[in-house]
This record gives sequence, structure tokens and C-alpha cells, in this order.
Amino acid sequence: MKYAFYPGCSLEASSAAYARSIEAVCRALGIELVEVDDWNCCGATEYHSLHRLTAAAVIARNLALVDQQLTQLVAPCAACFLNLKKVDHQMADEPAWADKVNAALAAGGLHYQPGRVKVRHLVEVLHSDVGKEGIQARVKKSLAGLKVAPYYGCQIVRPFKDWDNPEYPMKLDELMSWVGAEVVPYPTKAACCGGHMTQISEAQAYELLRRLLQSAVDAGADVILCMCPMCQLNLDAYQSAVNSYFGTNYRMPILFFTQVLGLAFGLSLKELGFGSEIVAALPVLRQKVPAVLAAAKS
Amino acid sequence: MIQMANKEGTSFLHQVMAETPRGERLLHCIQCGSCGGSCPNGPDMDYSPRILFALIQAGEREKVLSANTMWMCVSCYYCTTRCPQQIPITDIMYTLKRMSLREGLAKGTDAPALARTFVHYLATYGRAFELGLATRFYLFNKPLAMVKMGPLGLKMLAHGRMSLMPKRIRNIGQLQAIIAKAQDLGD
Ligand code: SF4
Ligand code: SF4
Repeated sequence: MKYAFYPGCSLEASSAAYARSIEAVCRALGIELVEVDDWNCCGATEYHSLHRLTAAAVIARNLALVDQQLTQLVAPCAACFLNLKKVDHQMADEPAWADKVNAALAAGGLHYQPGRVKVRHLVEVLHSDVGKEGIQARVKKSLAGLKVAPYYGCQIVRPFKDWDNPEYPMKLDELMSWVGAEVVPYPTKAACCGGHMTQISEAQAYELLRRLLQSAVDAGADVILCMCPMCQLNLDAYQSAVNSYFGTNYRMPILFFTQVLGLAFGLSLKELGFGSEIVAALPVLRQKVPAVLAAAKS
Repeated sequence: MIQMANKEGTSFLHQVMAETPRGERLLHCIQCGSCGGSCPNGPDMDYSPRILFALIQAGEREKVLSANTMWMCVSCYYCTTRCPQQIPITDIMYTLKRMSLREGLAKGTDAPALARTFVHYLATYGRAFELGLATRFYLFNKPLAMVKMGPLGLKMLAHGRMSLMPKRIRNIGQLQAIIAKAQDLGD
């Protein structure tokens, strides 16, 4: 299986653990990811607030750069995923708009034919293309004993309703249950982490994060699993700020789903990028799934 | 159902619709309130999306464009998926952000400054430079917060989660030409 890959800026720095664990898990499953050559930042949510056409053109440059041999593009970050998918859809939806975006791209000698590239998220690729049997065939150590809260956030499941149920998605739940993890019902699984709100207005941002943490505690989760670098960063790096703001004492490990999946595949802690999480995760894992940790070489 | 309050009101409503993909759905708002009820930041908004849309229809341009509503929007798309009338609410929030900036009515929010810093890095390097972004943004906008955020930055550095140098894409000239052309072509 071969896919084009758009890593996004976070994977280069703040979320190298996600990048490493994606690479390791895909290698283990025989999935080849071909990085889009010379890709640029997708503009996150910021560019749309300033200039609509520039925002679209900047995103479309990446779609235009996808290898002509490949038609499927995997984006691991929620904001990148939605930006790429939305621009493709809006161009397909409104030919006049597509012409305008292409007029801008032409200044750089590029062109994008709407609909040529299908934008996908890795969870969906593992869930649908690899499937239950393919995943289970690779399991070396069951994660039985580990209670995980799968967190989807907003922009992968909404506004498009074709990915999963936009209110209560289940794909990541199923994927993690296939490797033996105990998936807890997590009522806030598709609620918002605040995105860049942590930079703008801490009162609002911290309250959104508090709800996600409290809901995971109430569900009895040992760890929250993320599928977006922004969500992971907010929950992990700002957790102590949330604690001082509300006088709470959350110590919830926040991991990427690929890191935990990789443990079940018997991959090493190093390959999976462990050690860069800010809220310690290894003590909890050692306690809940000691055999898995003992098997995972550091 | 739509009250065309006055000539100016009509043009404001139509401008909002014209600048939003599928914006014409706004004419179908039934004022049910599902949007505000779904919004994680609803309680902190000057007007809920529902009220904001009534104000748009009433032609209350200045009231709408100086509201904090769109700046409190975190683009979670709950309202958009739940609206029984298929109104692209989140995209309308983006349109209102752009209009409010253009008309100099955005106030009491750091969001535009963050957006401009972000876009500056994108246009210069082709990538968002995280540490540079945070530093430049805080230095110019929130020097006090910078002191407070210092420990977090250090923690991030210690965990290898911040790059000290921006990465520049190879073909930055191509990206800049595309950006210049898009800005030329208008919104
Ligand atoms: S949910 Fe839709 S129809 Fe209902 S008030 Fe909001 S915008 Fe109007
Ligand atoms: S997209 Fe914006 S307005 Fe809509 S529910 Fe989310 S935060 Fe509120």
C-alpha cells in the first residue's frame, strides 16, 4: 500500500513523537508513505481569517504537488486534514472558485484538478484499508489491562459527515480494541481542544481542556489517545497550566494512538518517540501493561 | 421570513452571503438556536450565532462586525453539522472575521495579531516556525504573558519539542508568487 503523505508543520518539531511512531507503525504494516515534495504549511485556521483566496491557494499548492502517480493523500493533523479536504471539495463544488484558485496557482506554474486527490486520515487508512485482520496479524502483545480514551477532536469528524459519525465516532475505538486495549466510553471524544485558543485567551482554552480531562477521569481512563498533534500538545503541554488555573490535579498521560498501537506491535520505545511527552506516561503503562513494556526495548 | 430592514441591511446580508461558500443558505435560518446551544464558547460570546444572524438580517453591520462572537469561534463545526438548515455557520464566522478586520472593527482580541504573525512566517519560510511564532507573537502583543509562558517554552525545549531554527521550503519563490497573485485577484 502506497500513499502520498503530508506531515504538516507540527510533525517537524513539537510532535516528532507522532512522526516517528507513524513511520514505525506504517513500516510494520507494510504501508509506504511518500512525503509530498517541498510541501508548505496549510495555514491552519489563521489564514482563513485574513484572506479566503490566499488561504485556498496556499493549501491547493500542496494538492498540486502530490505525485501524479498517487491519488490518496494521508494527513495526520486535524487542521491540515480538513484544510486539504475542504479546498478540494470547494473547488469541485464551485468551478468558478476552482478557476480563481488555479489562476493563483498558475503564477507558480501549478494547476490542481479538483477531485484528483482523496484526502484521508491515518486512522481511517488503518481501520478500512488494513482492516481488523491485517492489524491483528501484526499484534505481538495484547494491550489488555490498559484503559484508553480515544479522542478525535473536531476537524476530522466535522463538518464532513462521511468520515464517521460526527457526534460520536467509533473508528479509533475499534482500532484500539483490535489490539486488546480496553476502550472506555468517552463522552467528550469529539469535543474541542480549543485549537490555537491557548495562544489567544487562556480562560476559554483552559475550560475546554478541563472538560476533556475531567471526562476522561470520570470514564476511568488510564491515558487519552490523540490523532492530531495540536490536540495532543494542548492536552499535554497545558495540563499543568490547567491545574494551576483551576486548582485541579490532573496527571493524565496524553499519547498519540500510533505510539500505543506500536507497543502492541512490539516496537521499541525509541522508535515510537516515547520520552517527549510532558505528562509522564511510562509509569502508568508499566503499571497497567507490564508485560508489554517489558517486551518493548527502549 | 427575511425582513429587508433597509437598503444598507440588504447589502450587508448579501455581502456576507457572497463571501461565503454556500452562504445563500443564511436566508433559511429559522432561529432555532441549535447553533448557540452546541457552541463550546457560546456563554462567552457577545451574541450567540443565532442572534448574530438575526442582526445580520437586520443590517446591523457595525454591531455584528465589532462583536466578539466570531473571535470566540474555535472552528469546531458542531453548529455547522447540527444546523437543521445546512447553514455553513463556521464559514460565516470566517467571513465575519475577514470583514471585521478589513473594516477595522475587530477589538479586544489577540486573534488577528496571532493570525498575522502566523501568516508572516508562512510567507517568509513556507512553514510555520513554532518557537519563532510564539516569541514574535508574545513579544509584540503580550510581553507579560511571555514571562508567564517562559517555563512552558523551556519545558517544551527540554522535551525536544521546539525547533530553534525555522525551516525554509526549497521553492519559496513559487509560494510567494502564488500568494502575491491570490492577493491580487482579491477575496
Ligand atoms: S442552527 Fe441554523 S437554523 Fe438554527 S438558529 Fe442556528 S443558523 Fe439558524
Ligand atoms: S464552529 Fe464556532 S460558532 Fe460553531 S459551535 Fe464551534 S465554536 Fe461555536
